[in-house]
Amino acid sequence: MNKFNRRDFIRMGGGLTLASSSLLFPTLALANSPRVVIVGGGVGGSTAAKYLRKLNPNLKVTLIEGKKEYTSCFMSNEVLSGDRTIDSITFDYAGLKRHGVEIVIDRVTAIEPTNKQVATVDSGTFDYDACVVSPGVDFKWEAIEGYDAEVAETIPHAWFAGPQTVTLRRQIESMPEGGRVIIVAPPNPYKCPPGPYERAAQIAMYCKHHKPRAKILILDPKDAFSKQGLFRQGWSQLYGFGTENAMIEWVGAAGGGTVEELDPSTRTLQAEIEEFTADVINIIPPQKAGKVAFASDLVEGDWCPVNKRTFESKRHPDVYVLGDASSAAKMPKSAYAANSQAKVAAAAIVAKFNGADPGDPTFVNTCYSILGEAHGISVAAVYTLDEATNTILPIKGAGGLSPMDASAEQRKREVSFAHSWFKNVINDMLG
Amino acid sequence: MGAEKMMRNDKMSNKVRNLLLALLVLLPSAALSGPSGQALAFTCAGCHGTDGSSVGPSSPSIAAMDPDVFIDAMEAYKRDQRNATIMNRIAKGYSDEQIKAMAWFFAKQELRLHAQKTDQQLAELGEKLHHSHCEKCHEEGGRPSDSGTLAGQWMPYLDYSMQDFIDGRRPYPRKMKRKVDAAIKELGEQAVPALIHYYGSQH
Repeated sequence: MNKFNRRDFIRMGGGLTLASSSLLFPTLALANSPRVVIVGGGVGGSTAAKYLRKLNPNLKVTLIEGKKEYTSCFMSNEVLSGDRTIDSITFDYAGLKRHGVEIVIDRVTAIEPTNKQVATVDSGTFDYDACVVSPGVDFKWEAIEGYDAEVAETIPHAWFAGPQTVTLRRQIESMPEGGRVIIVAPPNPYKCPPGPYERAAQIAMYCKHHKPRAKILILDPKDAFSKQGLFRQGWSQLYGFGTENAMIEWVGAAGGGTVEELDPSTRTLQAEIEEFTADVINIIPPQKAGKVAFASDLVEGDWCPVNKRTFESKRHPDVYVLGDASSAAKMPKSAYAANSQAKVAAAAIVAKFNGADPGDPTFVNTCYSILGEAHGISVAAVYTLDEATNTILPIKGAGGLSPMDASAEQRKREVSFAHSWFKNVINDMLG
Repeated sequence: MGAEKMMRNDKMSNKVRNLLLALLVLLPSAALSGPSGQALAFTCAGCHGTDGSSVGPSSPSIAAMDPDVFIDAMEAYKRDQRNATIMNRIAKGYSDEQIKAMAWFFAKQELRLHAQKTDQQLAELGEKLHHSHCEKCHEEGGRPSDSGTLAGQWMPYLDYSMQDFIDGRRPYPRKMKRKVDAAIKELGEQAVPALIHYYGSQH
């Protein structure tokens, strides 16, 4: 008897859906296909490129990025502990090419919304029907006196993963036993809200084994920070936080944690109340949208306003701004957020080309921090659009933090899920 | 004559049946207001892989998952009835209709599996155990079915799941408990790792 079960039902249905859609929509001549130009090959840009081609394989998609290889900021703190190498977080764009995305390695000087063109340094201009801009953040160098891009080569920010991550790792390795590291945390908003605090834990993870008398001090212009309770608990359990022998210490705004000036020659930081010196200093400056956003008139204040149903710029039509550079409240500036936004924008662009409505958006953020070899914590949210206020609101009763006082087993599992998060985000954007 | 029986009869009516099935598959998403099943499912990829095929090392793949298994899992997470690190927090963000729409999306995706490091001897022991104790429900070596996906599933996830069943952190179906107990009686402490290595060895 020809047994028919649910599995067959699904297989046949799935197969037939594909077959019928290709019958109904025969491949259009590529010459007449709309063209999307993507500026920036980070999480937002790469995910948008892949999903645009996935949603409509006839689109011409060109991604313009300054660097041949992508080094992920997420998991780069793990390079500081020695848990990972910089190579293990560096990837090429071969996967996107296999999806039919044209990759141009060049710097974009500006987007010209009136001509619908993207201008580059060496590769001329590119016409677009839709342009996706995902430039990430830039620093407000003027915020801390004595600190600039040149000084950052020796007193690294390491907030873009790459050579500076390696420099910071080497400095920590070569500092004296009992040395002191200072991390200068940035004010809100900035990319990767828990990043500075995970960084302290990752440096402590290395020091615990190799320089057990070392100290890591965080100077913070804020009085509260992401996952604060969980960080304090994890730091206490692993690195004696709050005791006389604490390896990690934190000074917030109220305690004089705001840094005003750096003297690079003596590695001295002038904070609001007192001076601090250290063997290794890591300054994460205040942030704003990436350069190209300013050069292209996409910014209001520090960030790029967007229509949150589509991520289309509120300043220029057919330009979509994703990720850290966009003003996407209440989503954080995180990799997962950029990945989620990119899919909403890709679907909206494809819908617009088809003359259809963009549909209702849906977003997720998940973010892991690894405090020790077997100690992971996370925050998650599912978001929906509140059209009236153009705000992306977390759904009440969902999301939130890992529980306080979780078992060692649960904390350990979160590390393995953090590693899965990393591999799957990378694969979803570049694979 | 029932419609299903009629549709089985000849080649002509097979076409009709396929068309009906395709329409049925499309129905749940067509009837949904708010974000589409596809839009909802796309947000899962950062942990569960593009279209639900995880590249590991421990987040489970959910592609080709039986829709009822997906719905049961999400409902259990939503109600805090299954031990979770993060899924209980995420599942609470979705309505029953949205969960159904995601279930149908993932059911239609092809499961892409990846090689995992396994101990061959242990996997062989596991295969024997599987065939004497588990195959009746987890058919075809645990391929996706209404008893879940075991074959090729990421091994740390299988390990966490088994720990949770055995330690009482996840409702343990009585029949499954009897079968696992029998496997443990047969092979001792090696039984569960052997089964996990067997499932992990399939890709």
